[in-house]
Amino acid sequence: MKILTIVPAYNEAGSIEATITHIRAVDLDLEIVVIDDCSTDQTAALAYAAGVDVVRLPINLGIGGAVQTGFRFAVDNHFDIAVQVDGDGQHDPAFIPNLIAPILEDRADVVVGSRFIRREGFQSLFMRRLGIRLFQHLNRLLIRQKITDSTSGFRAYNAAALRVLQHNYPVDYPEPEALVLLKKRRFRLAEVPVLMRNRHAGESSISGWKSIYYMIKVTLSILIESVRLPDG
Amino acid sequence: MDNIQITLIASSALFLFFIFELTRKKRIRESYSLVWFLAGLVLLVFSVFRGLLDKLAALFGVVYAPALIIPVILLMGLLLGIHFSIVISKLTEDNKRLIQEVGLMKHRIRQLETENKPK
Repeated sequence: MKILTIVPAYNEAGSIEATITHIRAVDLDLEIVVIDDCSTDQTAALAYAAGVDVVRLPINLGIGGAVQTGFRFAVDNHFDIAVQVDGDGQHDPAFIPNLIAPILEDRADVVVGSRFIRREGFQSLFMRRLGIRLFQHLNRLLIRQKITDSTSGFRAYNAAALRVLQHNYPVDYPEPEALVLLKKRRFRLAEVPVLMRNRHAGESSISGWKSIYYMIKVTLSILIESVRLPDG
Repeated sequence: MDNIQITLIASSALFLFFIFELTRKKRIRESYSLVWFLAGLVLLVFSVFRGLLDKLAALFGVVYAPALIIPVILLMGLLLGIHFSIVISKLTEDNKRLIQEVGLMKHRIRQLETENKPK
């Protein structure tokens, strides 16, 4: 069983080493690939120095394009499972075994780490939570399954899901939309509780006026994805 | 034929020539120049046959013929805008794939270089 951790990172020099150390501390045979999304700081150099695989994108693609590069890496190198762990330190790698358990037991194809099942740890900011609530209800309506944390990027995928996502993964703010996309292709989704930390360093990509654009854009994307034909 | 008509015909012809030159120098692809040639031809036809616009307006029940021009131009502009959105979206998607491929290939090259380093 080959398991890959995909670590998308954009200017995360302050936390990338710690993220890699924490992944290595997990009692599993995990390979690590850092997708450096054209960082302007030392992120790539630090990742190289840590001795992990590093894919450097020559032009900044944003989180969706970076993560998809990881999916392609996973498929090209015949991994059975891939776990996305953000490079900013919000995702605690200690939960990776819980995250992949439903896939190993063949109960799910895609597993989302949710901070809202047990309501512990960093619960995000008020506005962000409001948005997450909206997507929760929207998703429940469209895919008929309750996903409490649809914006969480802390996820595990099996090989079948990866094969689809390597060709078909949303761009700007991909997480909520990807769930609709996967569910429509009859992949089984599951959620497990995780703790999230506030980021070690760096800033959230979504703040201020951007959050309003984010909400409108994601809502539109989800609605359109839900009426799109699976082959489209 | 009065001055205004001569000016219009000359401008239309100049426009067509401009598009032709751009296409000839490969500044515009043939497939994209097609729509501009069409636009130039329409301009030319309407400047040569002055009565055409009035007849068309009468057909649509428009009393003041020049009023017909505005919605037609507006519609054309909109369609062109949408057409460019489609082209840009495709370019962006292609670009994304290329960037991903370049990143993955550079990683692979680095891997092969370290594997084959002379001892």
